[in-house]
Amino acid sequence: MTVLTVPMAETAPAGITRRTRVLTRLRRNPLAVVSFVVLALAAVVALLSPWIAPYSVEQTDFAHTFSPPGTPGHLLGTDDLGRDVLSRIMLGARASLQVGLLAVATSLVIGVPLGLAAGYFRAWDAVISRFTDLLLAFPFLIMAVGLAAIRGASLGNAAVAIGIAQIPGVIRVVRSDTLRLKSLDFVAAAVVDGASDLWVLARHILPNATSVILVQATVAIPAAILGEAVLSFLGLGIQPPAPSLGTMLATAQQFSARAPWAAVLPGVVIMGLALAFNVFGDALRDALDPKGDRR
Amino acid sequence: MTTVEPASAATVGTSVLEIRDLTVSFRTESGTVSAVDRVSLDLAPGEIVGMVGESGCGKSVTAMSLAGLLPESARISGSVRLEGTELVGTRESVLRRVRGKEIAYIFQEPMTSLNPVLTVGRQIGEVLQVHERMSRRAARARAVELLSLVGIPSAAARVDNYPHQLSGGMRQRVMIAMAVACGPKVLVADEPTTALDVTVQAGILQVLRDLRDRLGTSILIITHDLGVIADIADRVVVMYAGRVVERAQVNDLFAHPRHRYTAGLLSASPTPGRHAGTQRLQEIPGLVPVLSSQPDACTFADRCPAADSQCLDSAPPLAAVGPGTALAASEHLAACWHPCPTPRAQPQEVNP
Amino acid sequence: MLRYLLTRAWQSALTLLLSTVVVFLGVRALPGDPALALAGEDRSPEALAAIRHHYGLDQPLPLQFAQYVERMAQGDFGESIRTGIPVSSMLSTALPVTAELSVLAILIAAVLGVGAGVLAAVRRGRPAEWLANGLALVGLSVPHFWLGLLAILYLSVATGLFPASGFVPFLDDPLDNLHHVVLPAVILGTGLAAIIMRQTRSAMLESLSSDYVRTAKAKGLRPRAVITQHALRNSLIVVVTIVGLQLGGLISGAVVTEQIFGLPGFGKMTIDAVFQRDYPVIQAVVLLTATAYIVINFLVDLLYSVIDPRIRVTGDPA
Repeated sequence: MTVLTVPMAETAPAGITRRTRVLTRLRRNPLAVVSFVVLALAAVVALLSPWIAPYSVEQTDFAHTFSPPGTPGHLLGTDDLGRDVLSRIMLGARASLQVGLLAVATSLVIGVPLGLAAGYFRAWDAVISRFTDLLLAFPFLIMAVGLAAIRGASLGNAAVAIGIAQIPGVIRVVRSDTLRLKSLDFVAAAVVDGASDLWVLARHILPNATSVILVQATVAIPAAILGEAVLSFLGLGIQPPAPSLGTMLATAQQFSARAPWAAVLPGVVIMGLALAFNVFGDALRDALDPKGDRR
Repeated sequence: MTTVEPASAATVGTSVLEIRDLTVSFRTESGTVSAVDRVSLDLAPGEIVGMVGESGCGKSVTAMSLAGLLPESARISGSVRLEGTELVGTRESVLRRVRGKEIAYIFQEPMTSLNPVLTVGRQIGEVLQVHERMSRRAARARAVELLSLVGIPSAAARVDNYPHQLSGGMRQRVMIAMAVACGPKVLVADEPTTALDVTVQAGILQVLRDLRDRLGTSILIITHDLGVIADIADRVVVMYAGRVVERAQVNDLFAHPRHRYTAGLLSASPTPGRHAGTQRLQEIPGLVPVLSSQPDACTFADRCPAADSQCLDSAPPLAAVGPGTALAASEHLAACWHPCPTPRAQPQEVNP
Repeated sequence: MLRYLLTRAWQSALTLLLSTVVVFLGVRALPGDPALALAGEDRSPEALAAIRHHYGLDQPLPLQFAQYVERMAQGDFGESIRTGIPVSSMLSTALPVTAELSVLAILIAAVLGVGAGVLAAVRRGRPAEWLANGLALVGLSVPHFWLGLLAILYLSVATGLFPASGFVPFLDDPLDNLHHVVLPAVILGTGLAAIIMRQTRSAMLESLSSDYVRTAKAKGLRPRAVITQHALRNSLIVVVTIVGLQLGGLISGAVVTEQIFGLPGFGKMTIDAVFQRDYPVIQAVVLLTATAYIVINFLVDLLYSVIDPRIRVTGDPA
């Protein structure tokens, strides 16, 4: 056989795993990179905030209340009690992230197993679907209201309320992916080999469902952050004087005439966090899309 | 042979569709991909021409390019004349008037090619409303007639059905009805039977034949199935890697394949008598190449048992290779430096 | 179709029943003596005994539940602890406000969302798409109560374009009513619009690359006909489903929006009740919300079966 100078159809170089491909696609996407950097920065600041914040969040200074941003010593000004806005924002952001991650973690811990079960076992599906319907019937705010009534308002309860409200979303996503995976041949092969149901679920289905779970998480976290803000704003979440972006906005509402900047800044931070997560989530979804590099 | 008229493909002027040096390439992220290279073809009135080749040989791209149905990334050059009117490079608004009215298409998957939320009557009527300016009621009545024409029983009841209520064969008949509604001159059928059961295939091919007989429509049928070609085509065009490699009357092609690729294709398909269950089917080793530009060489050379240095140096032109009389000679063309010898292609010769 | 609807009907009924049970138990789950919780100011032993009798707290649980359901079926939700006003009459004044706000918000969100989604899908790869996408992302990420605050600050207080709070019933003065409601409705609809836009865009992208759109183009249809008659029609099914599911979020949003804009609706009633520990009101609110959600989703299923002939005719969603 002679060799021709015609380029042959491209084959994937050996050794490219799915993970490498996803990471490469992410790296090439400028939006993904920017949002990731923002999130990393936010995470670092949030983590270290108790130590790197210029002032303690409780430190009041009644001589210097409502100082505008740019006042020497207070980069972002002070609030109605003379507390440093920058420090409060940093710690507020930390609380937001805490609640966000806690809520999503709760929803995953409960939702993933339920979703797997609903997708895999017909009998369980009926029951779990009714349970999901029930959860969906209570909007998260109403649920938070209920929880606050029963157990009082706090960061933990806010996280629980939000987490519970997000369970249906997780169940739905995991269930539909499980249904899809269940019908694939490699599962049939495992079953024929004598694998138990639990084995199939844990070793075959769950690992393949991680991409939808990951995408769901990146969508759920900003929703949780926004949820925490709403709850704190209404007084159903983090209680003052603990710092929270939501409560800062609530106070700002009262004093909006004297200190309009106090109404803007915390909101910008909330939006920034949520936006970064959403943008990264979109990029992640595109990168995980098996249909490849389109444009 | 089933030709309606003594159509001579090479006679200019009586052809309904003349394709000359049609070349299509696509701009992609990884560069330009050449899909079709200088394809020339004539379609006479009432003629059925089959276009055959493996996946990726450019037959579908050729078909879609005729009415300008390719995506924006496509670069088309050459000439496509429909009864004398040039279509390549024409304005979109002009092409839209051609689509559905002069050149109509049917596609491979009738389930997904029909809109699931509209009735079949509505979808057939659409073509009539757009091109013939019929009222909705008149269009619906005509749709019922068309459904009968393509052999759907109880057409008056079926016209209000949704696609999912019909079987695969019936859906394809609906597609055909939709396509011939305005009496097009050319019907392009892209793998019309591939997605259907074998038993249903024959029915569809019969419908196409009937339409050709009754309406005089020329049909360009694209397929990778040689059985379909043998069943319905008058003439055949064989494509490989974007080029036409052989063109002949159907019986002649099957009896005397001249291009090595055609010979390989025929050897690779099971035929009673030829292999008689004792020999293995001959496969053609290697893969169809994806080309970024058409080389000045024979694109089949790396898989051809008869290739030599000449095949690698220059691309063979499509030339007459028919045996016997002058007429037969001009009708059988192959692009090969070393075509299979006549009068009979020896299957053993294809053995590497 | 009938079979499909019947299935959905009994599922909804079951969920409704379970919700009622949950709410019922919720109040009983309050720490301490439920009678005390329901007592309000007068906590004398006689008052407590009267409460216990009225609410049947001394009777076995299932009986209490039956009593509770029976009362509610008659429209008796008890009285507000704080004011003594029957909860049902509080609801009848508050609900129309919230209903108007929500309906308006959904309309605005649907029009904006579908429009932007179609635009983004059709103008793929061009600046319009990026703009629409960006706006949707922002709409999705912005805390809408913050947006409301800013709107009040800059659109009401600063410029006087819109009233900062308050409500005028529609029947009294339609124009003024709209003037008060339009800003809150836009704010409330922002998040929903963003979600609708993204879903529409993604559904449209899928439709536009489908085989039946290819057929429509091959038939020589004009681009507008292809987009509206073929692609959009199929995408709307998705959109309707989404709106139904997002209702919970809308209700949550309405609560906050009413709080900020001082609209005397359902939401404000709820928040006040929470802080005042007005349990009959809380109970009624929670139950009503759940009921509304379940009923509306059932109606969405009904609508779904009208739009999608695959369900209408055979009873099986594709």
